[in-house]
Amino acid sequence: MFEIEANNRTIKAEKGDTILAALKRAGINVPTLCHMEGLPPSGACRICVVEVEGKGLIPSCSFPASEGMKIKTNSPKCIQARKTIIELLLANHPDDCLYCVRNLNCQLQTLAEEYGIRERRLTAKREEHTVDLTSPAIVRDQSKCILCGKCVRVCEEIQNVSAIDFAGRGSKTVISTAFDENLNVSSCINCGQCILVCPTGALREKSYIKEVRAALSDPEKHVVIQHAPAISVTIAEEFGAPSGTDADGMLVTALKRMGFDRVFDTSFSADLTIMEEASELVHRITNGGKLPMMTSCSPGWIKYVEQFYPEMREHLSTCKSPQQMLGAVIKSYYAKRNGIKPENIFSVSVMPCTAKKFEIQRPGMGRNNIFDVDAVLSTRELARLVRMYGIEFNNLPVSYADNPFGERTTAGKLFGASGGVMEAAVRTAHFLITGKEMDDLKLEATRGLDGIKEAKLDIGGKTVGIAVVNGVGNAAKLLDQIKDGRDDLVFIEVMTCPGGCVAGGGQPLGTDNAKIRARLGALYAIDENEEVRVSHGNTEIKRLYDEFLGEPLGHESHRLLHTSYVDRDEVLK
Amino acid sequence: MKSQTEKILAKYKGGGRDSLIPLLQEVQEAEGYISRERVKEIGELLNLPTGKIYGVATFYNQFRFSAQGKYHIQVCRGTACHVKGSANVLQALESEIGIEAGNTDRDGLFSLEVVACIGACGLAPVISVNGRFHAGVTPEEIPEIIESYRKEFGGAE
Repeated sequence: MFEIEANNRTIKAEKGDTILAALKRAGINVPTLCHMEGLPPSGACRICVVEVEGKGLIPSCSFPASEGMKIKTNSPKCIQARKTIIELLLANHPDDCLYCVRNLNCQLQTLAEEYGIRERRLTAKREEHTVDLTSPAIVRDQSKCILCGKCVRVCEEIQNVSAIDFAGRGSKTVISTAFDENLNVSSCINCGQCILVCPTGALREKSYIKEVRAALSDPEKHVVIQHAPAISVTIAEEFGAPSGTDADGMLVTALKRMGFDRVFDTSFSADLTIMEEASELVHRITNGGKLPMMTSCSPGWIKYVEQFYPEMREHLSTCKSPQQMLGAVIKSYYAKRNGIKPENIFSVSVMPCTAKKFEIQRPGMGRNNIFDVDAVLSTRELARLVRMYGIEFNNLPVSYADNPFGERTTAGKLFGASGGVMEAAVRTAHFLITGKEMDDLKLEATRGLDGIKEAKLDIGGKTVGIAVVNGVGNAAKLLDQIKDGRDDLVFIEVMTCPGGCVAGGGQPLGTDNAKIRARLGALYAIDENEEVRVSHGNTEIKRLYDEFLGEPLGHESHRLLHTSYVDRDEVLK
Repeated sequence: MKSQTEKILAKYKGGGRDSLIPLLQEVQEAEGYISRERVKEIGELLNLPTGKIYGVATFYNQFRFSAQGKYHIQVCRGTACHVKGSANVLQALESEIGIEAGNTDRDGLFSLEVVACIGACGLAPVISVNGRFHAGVTPEEIPEIIESYRKEFGGAE
């Protein structure tokens, strides 16, 4: 601990602090564009310059604080430098904020406002770029890119995918896929973490609002919607509530008021997934199947394995994700029960995820040329739709999801958290193996934000090794170990996004670790406070098996709830 | 051709990311350009993503991703040539052949490359076609020059 002087105030700094970190702790804000929490500084954008006595202007994000340093963060020189940087960034930026998805939520726009940019002082040649609309999940508009490099870094350093990188040089620099291919044939896994870090509108989700609105106003269509476990604990943030607010009942009311004929809960089909997946795990253990088994709920992770570890495909559970399981039973069981033709059902899902938009069009995700899920909205898109429909979210009364897919256990709800699928699966697998419930249902070892969490569990006298991975980049280490012969693991959960679905690529912008912790806390509170905490305790699930599916891993289950994986050589062509 | 590339790749087996640029140079030397297949192979060899390799390779002017044409045209954009109007010469070449610098036309006849200086400043602005120099060229002469090579190629067949 030592002292430095900032804006004529003495503040404390710790050894290893950058100037920025010390200032932030003291409550002094300095703007940043390229800075990323938890990663080494890149110092690319220079917007964080401060004036250090004897040194002049210094980028605070990448310069270490040292004892006795005298810093000014808002001297005329600093302000002028930042203003010039903003003006330079704006010089070739399209002036179409009104039509931009990030209008009122753009870091560049905010900076321009804060620094009082009132005219275009500098004009540069604008490069012509085609908007890349080829991906089912992510839209890329290079003309809005300020080359901060955060998307490149999150793709490479966090996710270990490297679908995009800087290409070219100088004024010709662009963010590009290999060979400047379209995103749909690149190695992009559609996780959308790049959208969460993009300061401008250069990256956004492919929106399905138009399709959903068209269906809602079509009298021929029976429009149903499912919402993922992680939505209820994040949607309220879009309407000003603090992180960690669970707004499940309000969410359901909002969806009903928007005109959806039925509102279903994806946590129900998370319970269904657990019935199938835990049964599959027990089956693999008792019949010498491929182990460790790896979860298959996270479509970014699935594409990651298909691309980079094709030889490990058999380790993936064949279970479809909860979204696709519910989609499948909606257009089969539900359609039949209610006498509605599957083609007249428009099935929407609200997901914390952009890869879910990709998942719905994977092979096998429908029958007879009818998709099981017709449109996926992100949390952000749903919030937009709620506003468009004039619904005062914060004043909504509570209501409940509809049967037959409205009942859920807290185990299904935990799917929104990294480690949650594991917790839920272990609870049911334990019951299937021993016939008894676990003494303590809580699995502390699988909670928290560590990239890889491992534990040894005792199930019916047998020691079972499990691992939980969040942030798909962390999975590579584990997969390499398994390839090299590691054999103590039986079950591995992988969620593509760091923290799990609560921090998915479709979640509110500005997601950071503090918010992720609060959202996780909300899910764990639900698990703590409710009665039914095991998927096999869901009475509607029992009824679904009795009336329709038969038994887990049975014939109907295989037809509707399981899938297979594909070769993906084309992504690198 | 392939076996030579195989030898080059074998030489760099176990190399790190610092081997990338020399490896790209040698592959281009052997094959005339860097194909997608090679990028993929290099990626597997050095454990680098294809996007990263593409990014590095596009940073430098020297790397090309399509095979050279029968006639490889180098346009000097050095200082002397620039002063003497090589920008217009390049533009004329691009519109006459119908490709941008760095590419090869569809029938594989012409490829166009911008070079910094070919050491013939006295002849500015200068272009070189398969090593044959054209001195003091003007944009107006370009169609004629291109046509002469089209004729030459036609006659050779």
